[in-house]
Amino acid sequence: MNNKRKPIVEVRNLTIGYDRQTVMEELNFSVFTGEIFVILGCSGCGKSTLLKHLIGLYEPFRGEIKIFGESIVRADEDEKRELMRQFGVTYQGGALFGSLTLAENVSLPLEEYTTLSREKIKERAYEKLALVDLQGFEEYMPAEISGGMKKRAGLARAMALDPKLLFFDEPSAGLDPITSAELDRLILRLRKELGTTIIIVTHELDSIFTVADRVIMLDKRTKSIIAEGEPHDLKKNSDNDWVREFLNRSNLKQV
Amino acid sequence: MSIFNGENVFTDFVEKIGKATQVILKDLRDLTLLVGDITKTSWYVIKHPSKLRWRDVGYYMDLCGSQALPIVIMICFLMGLILAFQAAVQARKFGGEIFVADAVGFSILKELGPLMVAMIATGRAGSAFAAEIGTMKVNEEISALETMGFSPCRFLVIPKVVSMLIAMPVLTVFGDVSGLFGGFVVGVTMLDLPGMAYYTRTIAVLYPSTMALGLIKSVVFGLLIAIVGCLRGFQSESDAQGVGRSTTSSVVTSIFLIVIADSVLTMLYTFLGY
Ligand SMILES: Nc1ncnc2c1ncn2[C@@H]1O[C@H](COP(=O)(O)OP(=O)(O)OP(=O)(O)O)[C@@H](O)[C@H]1O
Ligand SMILES: [Mg+2]
Repeated sequence: MNNKRKPIVEVRNLTIGYDRQTVMEELNFSVFTGEIFVILGCSGCGKSTLLKHLIGLYEPFRGEIKIFGESIVRADEDEKRELMRQFGVTYQGGALFGSLTLAENVSLPLEEYTTLSREKIKERAYEKLALVDLQGFEEYMPAEISGGMKKRAGLARAMALDPKLLFFDEPSAGLDPITSAELDRLILRLRKELGTTIIIVTHELDSIFTVADRVIMLDKRTKSIIAEGEPHDLKKNSDNDWVREFLNRSNLKQV
Repeated sequence: MSIFNGENVFTDFVEKIGKATQVILKDLRDLTLLVGDITKTSWYVIKHPSKLRWRDVGYYMDLCGSQALPIVIMICFLMGLILAFQAAVQARKFGGEIFVADAVGFSILKELGPLMVAMIATGRAGSAFAAEIGTMKVNEEISALETMGFSPCRFLVIPKVVSMLIAMPVLTVFGDVSGLFGGFVVGVTMLDLPGMAYYTRTIAVLYPSTMALGLIKSVVFGLLIAIVGCLRGFQSESDAQGVGRSTTSSVVTSIFLIVIADSVLTMLYTFLGY
């Protein structure tokens, strides 16, 4: 694995939440270049919230988030936009633009940010969609495809510009086991071929053990990270019962 | 319950006023931010015209313009008809039938043409804008736009504003003409005026500037409708009912602001001597 240990995302003393409640307090962690980093936790504990703060959609109450060494918290509108287009994001529900076909969705960042010809852009969009097994659906509208397909199309769009950093919110939830396993393979391939750093929010234990280099586990009660480390290691050696239980569920599943 | 308790009625009342004030202040703040954003983005788009989403402008021009044309023509024609009918009843009393042409001409061109078109556009375009942006918010499409480094204002607001600014005056011209024609029909059939006389009278009293005044109004109304529709869309809460409420409120707010703007402009015109 990558031993250079250069942080690509750094989080310091981060406290986040919404008007009425704090969701997480005093978070500290780093994600290193080339790493596949997984954010775990029970439903509703704040994984999506954390992700949305990392990508700069919400302002934290306190603390610092650095992406590519630059603060996304203190960046002004234009700097933030500049920073944002350097990474890709997928959302829990796909978030495809409803008025555009799948191919147009994927083409959009290419049209705006590259000088490629129209044919090249189309070719690239088709290629990305093929990567997530959506060949044949390029000219469909988002309303005409299933939830899992939307999710995959969202992935293709996030990868359109071959970003160095990708954020996935529950990429495999709602996918069948085979597609889900293929997605894991895709994630590993992206890292291997392009050296992409990937931050994933997920519940899928199979997928955690297949892809994750390191995980953090969020806890709703203490509003903090209760475990951090390599998943196999945590599963066996964590001193927290709840963490071991969470990770050992997969044994039941795999039998 | 507490309704019978004098003190609570009073505190409830104060609380309601407080809440309403909060809502109004928040609306004003959001509006200011949006208008600021629109100004900034417009400037950027003027400098880089290729960055305008022309295809979206075309789509909205079709939606708010050409598709609204039949209803605009019909409503304005009927308005002209009704107006002429009412005026005719009065004008007959003192044998001034021909002045129906004046009454219809001025009312339609300066007031009712732009106003009716604005009401139709509020119902059609304003509500559609709010619903569209609200739904995009529910689907996290707005977030997706932002994290792709795109300005939601440039993608979603500017095309709507531009198409409204173009479509509204054009629709108003059609509305004006059909309104005048409605008056003409009443003049010729009910009042037995010679068609040529009605036509000549209309041409004689109306100047191009009369129509221009109405068109200026329609441009202002178009801007208001687009901005309010987008504002309510962005303010929408992230659920289906929230989108419904924001759509309703976009229509109510637009109508309210249009009537206010109309009064202000009419007073201004009078003050300037038009
Ligand atoms: N837009 C919002 N406004 C206010 N509170 C919110 C909002 N979104 C989420 N929350 C609250 O924040 C907490 C964390 O929600 P979040 O969506 O981050 O959970 P999650 O870990 O992603 O759950 P899941 O695994 O089900 O997706 C929840 O208690 C929720 O009530
Ligand atoms: Mg979530």
